[in-house]
Amino acid sequence: MIYIELFWSFFQIGLFSIGGGYAAMPLIQNQVVDTHGWLSMTQFADVITIAEMTPGPIAINSATFVGIQIAGIPGALVSTIGCVVPSCIIVMTLAFVYYRFRGLNVVQGMLSGLRPAVVAMIASAGLSLLLLALYGQRSMPENVLNADVVAVFIFLAGFFVLRKWKINPICVMAGSGILGVILYTII
Amino acid sequence: MVGKGCDCVKREKHKNIDKNVGGKNDGKTGKVAGGKIIKNKYLQLFVSVFKLSACTFGGGFVIIPLMRKKFVDQLHWIEEQEMLDLTAIAQSSPGAIAVNAAILVGYRVGGIGGALLTVIGTILPPLLIISVISMFYRTFRDNAIVNMAMAGMLCGVAAVLLDVVINMTRDVIKQKRILPVVVLVGAFIAVRFFNVSVIIIILICGLIGALDIRIREIRAKGVKRS
Repeated sequence: MIYIELFWSFFQIGLFSIGGGYAAMPLIQNQVVDTHGWLSMTQFADVITIAEMTPGPIAINSATFVGIQIAGIPGALVSTIGCVVPSCIIVMTLAFVYYRFRGLNVVQGMLSGLRPAVVAMIASAGLSLLLLALYGQRSMPENVLNADVVAVFIFLAGFFVLRKWKINPICVMAGSGILGVILYTII
Repeated sequence: MVGKGCDCVKREKHKNIDKNVGGKNDGKTGKVAGGKIIKNKYLQLFVSVFKLSACTFGGGFVIIPLMRKKFVDQLHWIEEQEMLDLTAIAQSSPGAIAVNAAILVGYRVGGIGGALLTVIGTILPPLLIISVISMFYRTFRDNAIVNMAMAGMLCGVAAVLLDVVINMTRDVIKQKRILPVVVLVGAFIAVRFFNVSVIIIILICGLIGALDIRIREIRAKGVKRS
């Protein structure tokens, strides 16, 4: 049944996305694009773009989006709830342990072991999105020079302002959207 | 009350602070009677997290400072040091940091009921916003201008991600230890070139981290003894 599949997929995403922020992204790609084929890579890129432009955590945003695309409003509810159930159970258990023993050493150790792996996985998922943006495909292109010139320009411009002035990512997103409309209309 | 109460058992201290929270509120609102305060407290809790969630772009690392401002500085429901510990728990637990932090604040202020209330308050804004967007998504996606904007924004996302990855990699290198760097490179190769499942990588690396800290703890003890 589709509701159970949605719930279970987002339950796993909620359970294994450790490290916050973008850590959920590779897992969502793994479950939603690779395992179940619920979204194409382009649709997945759209979800990440929309999630970045709207308030709320990426995992919740994509759970709602995927759920509604696959099985309407009930699907959205089921996936979103699936996504937060592991958090509820684990966080409350840890809170209980914390107030009881005031120590979280092993948990902290696991987290510090995970952090480099999380960076690696975000890098890999980010690379997929970059390739999609520049070449329209997920895998490495045969000819590296065969990139979309406008896309390369917007990417480099965005990256430059982010590194140089550390401005809010939302502004970068909005700016690159506007640039996209202007440049693609001209060319 | 809190200061003197600290000598008793830790759980007792926790309860004491709880009472104190109620007391402080009492003093401020003054007029309202006992029953109403509880209602107000839950309503206040819900409205606070709902607003925070609806207005916070950029996820957990942004929402936590805002939560501190609201619950520590304005409402005085949670103490400064405790908020730091709760932040650590929110960051070490699986799932979205914003949701985890909301659960902790709710649990601390209103028990399990409070936690459920804050979870709903936190996921409701993105749930509503994304539902509306995705209903129009199919219609909008075929529009030429939307298409161009989405293509541009995808490049923006790629730039933001590259920026995030560079910052995070720098933090890993800053630890000046070989193991994290090996894990980073190994995990990247495994996921990128061998299509190893992300869940397997997370389980293995979590285990490596736990073992690593155990070994270092044992070594540290050995050094002290000798």
